Amino acid sequence: MKAIVNVFLKPGVLDSQGKAVHHALDSLKFEGVNEVRVGKQIVLDLTAADEAAAKAEVTEMCEALLANTVIEDYTIELRS
Amino acid sequence: MNVSVIQFPGTNCEYDTQYAFEKLGAKTQVVWHKETAIAEDTDLVVVAGGFSYGDYLRSGAIARFSPVMQAVEAYANRGGKVLGICNGFQVLTESRLLPGALKRNEHLHFISRHHHLKVVGNENAFLNKLNPGDVVNVPIAHHDGNYYIDEGGLKALYDNDQVLLHYCDAEGNISNPNGSVDAIAGVCNASKNVFGLMPHPERAMESILGSDDGKAMLEGFFAS
Repeated sequence: MKAIVNVFLKPGVLDSQGKAVHHALDSLKFEGVNEVRVGKQIVLDLTAADEAAAKAEVTEMCEALLANTVIEDYTIELRS
Repeated sequence: MNVSVIQFPGTNCEYDTQYAFEKLGAKTQVVWHKETAIAEDTDLVVVAGGFSYGDYLRSGAIARFSPVMQAVEAYANRGGKVLGICNGFQVLTESRLLPGALKRNEHLHFISRHHHLKVVGNENAFLNKLNPGDVVNVPIAHHDGNYYIDEGGLKALYDNDQVLLHYCDAEGNISNPNGSVDAIAGVCNASKNVFGLMPHPERAMESILGSDDGKAMLEGFFAS
């Protein structure tokens, strides 16, 4: 099973990289963009076969290491 | 005074840190990240600057889980004094030994230059040789020095006198190089035994190299 973890800065925490990308898109005349957020994606190949167990384990990984929950939120998506 | 300087793969300020503390009269030793204990007679642990574990994932995120950091956490929780400089500050926030987090600099550049700092809190084991409002000039060299803490956390920092330093100009007016909340350059924990700052006092020990203002900062750790 694969787990796809997306990590983004929390809403309200200024995302300087997102802002810079937004500026660059503006200067390329892509004017229909309200906001850009830049995050990171971590793809895990898991031995777990059970979805609930996998979700619980990856949540623990996110809390311990993959995200810094002081400034970041994360989402977990499982794919068999 | 015995100082233990922590060294991870990618640390690069451990020898500068040794030089600085030895110049002030301390005995120092470098402690490799695989060590599981801090020497009994240690008076101060310094988590030195650099790029521990290549700054992979987030600055300081991997170092936090190294064996020596478990020992440093235990040492801090016993009341031992710990100072994190630059990457060391990042490691200590990742370890939750210090509040807040360090984000990418606001303008996304690596900044490497001297910067003035204004002393805010001096009633602690670190900056007690300086007075509130004193301005020092020491190097900063970081990519992820943008200190973040939420509003409630910021209020708690000021209420408990945990803000150590603000970035400022030569006259002491606030000047923020990296987007840090309230131009904060350094903080300590509520118990005032764990300290962290992005600037490098250990690189400001010789006036011939631009500044020796780091002496008055680090001297605070020595009994007067």
